[in-house]
Amino acid sequence: MAERSFKKEVEKLRLGAGEHFEGEGILAVTKALLQAGVAYVGGYQGSPISHLMDVFADADPLLRELGVHFESSANEAAAGAMLAASVNYPLRGAVAWKSVVGTNVASDALSNLASGGVTGGALIIIGEDYGEGSSIMQERTHAFAMKSQMWLLDPRPNLPTMVDMVEKGFELSEASNTPVMIEMRVRSCHMTGSFVAKDNRRPSMTVGDAAQTPTRDLDRIVLPPAIFLHEIEKVEKRWPAAQAFVRNNCLNEWFGPERDDIGIIVQGGLFNTLNRALELAGLSDAWGGAKLPIYCLNVVYPLIADEVVEFCAGKKAVLVLEEGQPEFIEHELNTILRRADLHTRLVGKDVLPRAGEYSGQVIGDGLARFLEQWSPERAPARQMAVPVEPELAANVPARPAGFCTGCPERPIFSAMKLVQRELGELHVSADIGCHLFSILPPFHIGNTTMGYGLGTAGASAFRPNAGGKRAVAMMGDGGFWHNGLTSGIGNAVFNQDDTVTIVVDNGYSAATGGQDILSSRADNDIRTTRHPIEKAVRGMGVRWARTLTRTYDVARMRDTLREALTSPEKGPKVIVAQSECMLNKQRRIKPQLAKAASEGKRVVRERFGVDADTCTGDHACIRLSGCPSLSIRPNPDPLRQHPVTHIDNSCVGCGNCGEVAHAAVLCPSFWKASIITNPRRWERVAAKARKWIIGALQRSHARTLAARAF
Amino acid sequence: MEIFNQHRDRITIAILALGGEGGGVLADWIQVVARQNGYVAQGTSVPGVAQRTGSTVYYIELVRIGAAGGNRPDPVLAMMPVRGDVDIVIASELMEAGRAILRGFVSKDRTTLIGSTHRVYAISEKSALGDGTGANARILDAAERRAARFIGFDMAEAAQSAGSVISSVMFGAMAGSGSLPFPREAFEDAVRHGGKAVAANLKGFASGFDAAGRALPAPAEAAGPRAPTTAAGRALHDRLCRSLPEEAHALATDGVARLMEWQDARYAEVYVDRVEELAAIAPALAAPAARHLALWMAYEDPIRVADLKIRATRSAHIAREVRVGSGQLLRVTEYMHPRLQEVCETLPRRIGSRILASEGWRRRLEPFFARGRHVETTGLRWFIVLRLLAAMRPFRRGSLRYAMEQERIGRWLDLVRDVARSDVDAAVEILGCQALVKGYSDTFERGIANLETILAAVESHVIGTPDAAARIAALRDAALQDEEGKALGCAVSQLSPVRQAS
Repeated sequence: MAERSFKKEVEKLRLGAGEHFEGEGILAVTKALLQAGVAYVGGYQGSPISHLMDVFADADPLLRELGVHFESSANEAAAGAMLAASVNYPLRGAVAWKSVVGTNVASDALSNLASGGVTGGALIIIGEDYGEGSSIMQERTHAFAMKSQMWLLDPRPNLPTMVDMVEKGFELSEASNTPVMIEMRVRSCHMTGSFVAKDNRRPSMTVGDAAQTPTRDLDRIVLPPAIFLHEIEKVEKRWPAAQAFVRNNCLNEWFGPERDDIGIIVQGGLFNTLNRALELAGLSDAWGGAKLPIYCLNVVYPLIADEVVEFCAGKKAVLVLEEGQPEFIEHELNTILRRADLHTRLVGKDVLPRAGEYSGQVIGDGLARFLEQWSPERAPARQMAVPVEPELAANVPARPAGFCTGCPERPIFSAMKLVQRELGELHVSADIGCHLFSILPPFHIGNTTMGYGLGTAGASAFRPNAGGKRAVAMMGDGGFWHNGLTSGIGNAVFNQDDTVTIVVDNGYSAATGGQDILSSRADNDIRTTRHPIEKAVRGMGVRWARTLTRTYDVARMRDTLREALTSPEKGPKVIVAQSECMLNKQRRIKPQLAKAASEGKRVVRERFGVDADTCTGDHACIRLSGCPSLSIRPNPDPLRQHPVTHIDNSCVGCGNCGEVAHAAVLCPSFWKASIITNPRRWERVAAKARKWIIGALQRSHARTLAARAF
Repeated sequence: MEIFNQHRDRITIAILALGGEGGGVLADWIQVVARQNGYVAQGTSVPGVAQRTGSTVYYIELVRIGAAGGNRPDPVLAMMPVRGDVDIVIASELMEAGRAILRGFVSKDRTTLIGSTHRVYAISEKSALGDGTGANARILDAAERRAARFIGFDMAEAAQSAGSVISSVMFGAMAGSGSLPFPREAFEDAVRHGGKAVAANLKGFASGFDAAGRALPAPAEAAGPRAPTTAAGRALHDRLCRSLPEEAHALATDGVARLMEWQDARYAEVYVDRVEELAAIAPALAAPAARHLALWMAYEDPIRVADLKIRATRSAHIAREVRVGSGQLLRVTEYMHPRLQEVCETLPRRIGSRILASEGWRRRLEPFFARGRHVETTGLRWFIVLRLLAAMRPFRRGSLRYAMEQERIGRWLDLVRDVARSDVDAAVEILGCQALVKGYSDTFERGIANLETILAAVESHVIGTPDAAARIAALRDAALQDEEGKALGCAVSQLSPVRQAS
């Protein structure tokens, strides 16, 4: 897989019974799948579950040994549909993706899967990307669980619990013929910990066995009249079966004293944060020794009415900790309490924020408010935080995400900025992927982003007036193969949209960690690559298509874009902008170059620099580039006051800043240094001769300088 | 060794790092050293977009195994720092230390703040048209006041001189701070356990460990004033020391040196004449005039650029900056883009202006200067071209550009003199407006246009108003707000709300 190796992680997947696994939460879940005898795994990469996909992709030999089928699905819908294998056969299957966006994409398949129900355990591993560091809209996957009637596990952040919930999740799925989602929050995915491993289990039936002996059950197919049957079955059979399984296997947990007149109901994923808030209030310790009763929901859907009633009975008030909105759990708990005629007061969103991540601070504040009202003697003294000086805040700059050093996508937007100088502002329909960073400083390009692969579709309503400006759509190669080829390009051809689409073809699904895709240039042992994007769009019927093989040629990029925007040709125009993701390229070539240099081979390293003498500190170059290695430093000139531009040693020599200086006619301060290791003999001789002549000229120049020196 | 948390069994650590600085590696090392010394360690992070220049918080909790009570269940550790509950904060950069303070992670009663004092500028600071950088002193002051203990030094510099990476220096500083109850060898074992670049990392570690024990070094003393080395230099220096107020001496000395190098002693004399004339009107004008007049008189033209690019000192500087080793060869390529405009301006006045005025000549010649040039200054061909260009210096006074600039300077100084007679503060601000003139080509033209807009506005609307100086400064700031001149346009239009409609 791509340019990163996960060999070390693959070794962890091989641990046997009794051995200690140590590592991140998502890797623990990956191992748990093998322990549970999973027969097939699929999914679509994305934070925070990329690791699962990457490790499986590198674990091909192990998966072969076990008879487990793995594939990187084209998108989440494809992954969701893959679970169809568990409908008729006792095959345990798991798929993984980033939620809520991945669940949105998969929802059609999931609805159908949930309607017909499953025979083998079907597990959907949801990387819930909510809260700090999230890159997507803030929504809850919970709604999908409720509307499609799938069970949702939210295990407390503790590796043994998470691993156990994977196994139990399969059993629950089989016991209730229902697909099960297991929600892994971002921090749980990256949390380190340990658990005692079990042996991996070969699936009792492999996908090959199933294909060999197909079976068919008309009642499981989502077609009338079976669908009406499914709806009834969901309510009357599967739901009670699930509740019975959860109750009998004690999937939910209880902490703290048995008796008290108040208590707390918490989503499993928030348990650790709650414990810290309690600890700081003097009501728990670092070992979870809570002094208040806690009912920890490792299963957040369905709720188990008996357990809830039992927990709440005899309590004046119960605090509900439920992150995000709407507060589905709180609503249902209230219903359960009313039906049981219990008068326990539920306190939830009235003391806790309706929106935003529930951090230790937030839960602590909510808890204090709850205790102040219902158990004042236990309420912590509220500490007033030392106010932070406002001018301190004014001095600490924000650090919006941006393109990496040497990113090949940067010159595309530099070129677009230059075109905008000529043609005026453009409407740019952005997509999902690294290129979305164009909306942030210094580029400020991009008006909307509607979803992965939807850049072109997002521009489809923009039909220019006669001679008017065309809209521009962006799309990454990842998004292109995810669905952009059909929903974007195909749609634009069919409707004869007059838009310009730029497909950023950097060789990987770069934003999700550099996975290979159809158009990757890398060789991949277990998949086929090198399917050109231009060929695909021409196959779709695009007549105007150009492939630029070096995005760093800013002038050419600018000219091609200008041509696309002004050409008399009607219909969609597609520019495929190719250059390899620099992050992956560096990962790939750095060791190669170091090895070549140590073997005495000729190696050229390039780096850029800026002459502080000629730089006047306007920073137009930075506004057209924003490269992390293109920075500033105090002006060494005692007369000038504004900082000069400076290129630090992290420069990878992509050349963008020089090309931008050329294309935008900026200034003569940029230089490129080529450092040649192990030069050839004639090269050394010629360099020596040149150096001798130049040295003589420099000495004569120095004399003229000395003659008029201060 | 001072050991934290006598009253509780856990230690909480937050690392604030930028993408690519090895925050994750550092977090791993800390967990390894803790696990191997009788602690349960849990780390979390939200790496997300960190690799793409964002800042990330890595969070670690350590709990002693088998602490009092025995037979305890697994600890339940938090996954994000809580305000006022962080024992050790490590920040890889000065503003990240500031961010840790802003987020409430640094508290007076318990936090050891270990922070690098170097700067990695944010895009808002870098992309400003002038100086957009935050105030370092303000952050250092807050770090000293708000942490129980602040250990700060330039860790990037330490890493570079140790030939290592900043994460190992931070780890060393952490070990050296004594804020974790483990001996030095235990930390070093953790680095070895990582198995990657062990020798370099241990070097970085050692440098961090040693520096943590030392106090914050005092900022380096500024270099002394420049001294003349030639007879001509001495004569001008003596003259300006006699005639100008003391606060202008250093700047005027730099100005004289710049102009002698840029053209010759005669040109520097003109400069001193002009500064003296302004100083005679009001001494307060001397220092700003010395600065801005020197910068304008030594304007950037192809002759100057060529002169700077071919110097031996520059070659040496580049070789140092890119770290050329022995046995390696260095080639340097410049990105230059002289347009027909610049070429003509370097030519004698009549010829240059005739070509620029002629449609036909322009059409024929412009294609030759439409593309940027890759000028290899380590190659003979381009080196000789640049050397010849630099040799045109003696003829510069006859060039079109020279005439244009002297004319502009003349108008600017006239206005300064005019205003200075009634409002010295405003005159100082007008001098300061020279800072808008920067760069080459479009950038230069934008700067000149902004300056002329301001000077025109000053003449027609600002002179004689009571707060003229502040208003001129405001106009200058507006010109540095955006490239398109929107803020300046807005500021200028607001100057004259009662302008009659015609």
